[in-house]
Amino acid sequence: MTARHRPLRDAIATHVHDGMTVALEGFTHLIPFAAGHEIIRQRRRGLTLVRMTPDLVYDQMIGMGCATALAFSWGGNPGVGSLHRLRDAIEHQWPHPLAIDEHSHAGMAARYAAGAAGLPFAMLRGYAGTDLAAANAAQVRSVTCPFTGEVLAALPALTPDVTILHAQEADAEGNVLLRGIVGASREAAMAARTVVVTVERVVDRLDAPMNAFVIPAWQVAAVCEVPGGAYPSYALGHYPRDNAFYQAWDAIARDRGSFTAWMERHVLGTADHAGFLRSVGAAA
Amino acid sequence: MSAAYTPDEMMTIAAARRLRDGAVCFVGIGLPSAACNLARLTHAPNLVLIYESGTVGTRPSALPLSIGDGELAETARSVIPLPEIFTHYLQRGRVDVGFLGAAQVDRVGGLNSTVIGPYDAPTVRLPGAGGAPEIASQAREVFVVMKQSARTFVERLDFRTSAGRPRALITDLGVMEPVDDTGELVLTQRYAGVTVEQVRAACGWPLRVAEAVREVPPPTDEELRVLRDLQARTKAAHATRVTITLPR
Repeated sequence: MTARHRPLRDAIATHVHDGMTVALEGFTHLIPFAAGHEIIRQRRRGLTLVRMTPDLVYDQMIGMGCATALAFSWGGNPGVGSLHRLRDAIEHQWPHPLAIDEHSHAGMAARYAAGAAGLPFAMLRGYAGTDLAAANAAQVRSVTCPFTGEVLAALPALTPDVTILHAQEADAEGNVLLRGIVGASREAAMAARTVVVTVERVVDRLDAPMNAFVIPAWQVAAVCEVPGGAYPSYALGHYPRDNAFYQAWDAIARDRGSFTAWMERHVLGTADHAGFLRSVGAAA
Repeated sequence: MSAAYTPDEMMTIAAARRLRDGAVCFVGIGLPSAACNLARLTHAPNLVLIYESGTVGTRPSALPLSIGDGELAETARSVIPLPEIFTHYLQRGRVDVGFLGAAQVDRVGGLNSTVIGPYDAPTVRLPGAGGAPEIASQAREVFVVMKQSARTFVERLDFRTSAGRPRALITDLGVMEPVDDTGELVLTQRYAGVTVEQVRAACGWPLRVAEAVREVPPPTDEELRVLRDLQARTKAAHATRVTITLPR
């Protein structure tokens, strides 16, 4: 084990500070819920949150007052409906106003890729014929191809202060292996100044195929072993997505009072992720 | 003779029939996902389904609740980074068919999934664009599936999330298609037992109607059986709670 192997509580205290731009990535799969909950427990404020699909993890962080801005491309509870806390923040400024920087998936993915490549902006054939560019004029512009004259959408690169991922495994050096649906995790990690990863387990050596998605240890500031750290999303090979919980979240989050009570009981009222899992009945 | 069926089942089956075997299809969650998988399990076994999460050539046994359920990855031919879905596949022109839904549609098939009311002070904040804008503009042809009502089939969109011009708009009452260069959607097909007046009444703009409106053949027993089996498997799969075993 190395100095980068450390408890999640220490990693968040060291690397995530008020006012930072933070991306918790993972597209439906491997969403770092444990890290999001630890940020809530440590009562971070004024964060600019970045994520393609805010999902329940940002519904919870926004509802608990961690964020003042959000960059995103699809903000719903997949297959269920609204993210009620995100809606309340935008529609009624509760618990306080939330500035939004809104894109399409193709746009957000291109912005991470530009950040990962060290370029100042992303370009893509996109946004044409939509109101997205007019609604977000500061962040959606155009560039003309010097060779063909084609006009393409131009978007500023994303370079989060911290990107946080969840993965299946890390090894004793801190190399991290992700398997399954990876979304824009690689790009988000390579675009960030600091990378923090929670993993299902730490092993001596990764048994990774040659072309596997491995983030090298020297790119990773902290590796934290947190079994179940993606719950209620999932970690392929470890546990499936708790679709029943995603459906149950709709009623919990619909009302400010029931949301706050749930968060106080299950997140603020527990010391760590194992405590959270036991509290919601997801672990024996 | 077909068994009794619901308007929703007829809509899903009418949408599924539009997909030809072997097409490469970019699938949205919900109704589009049900229609595409029904097609794959009936007349189009070689349909290539791509979900934006990065799963290419997937064959789920139950419908996913989210766009990235494990079932999609475990039954896929390959799982690739999401940016490549939008660049290597969609933007590069490798997708034949895009299938979309939305909260509002207008007479040229423009879609709103962003806000009801003004963008800066919405009365209802909807989820937003996701993959839709680029699917709508870069798939070779686009189908839209939406339940019809005068409230959601609108004269004027509150927000244009995706440009229009679908090949067809399939509703729970019938099918609308463009018939000329204006791109205006015209009622060309209706389901058995549905009148043209019913379709007009459930549309917020003065709907043009083709001279001859065809009646869509009702679901076959096979189509209904496969769709209902798929939905029963889906319901069971989504009801299972998860238990994690923590290390001692």
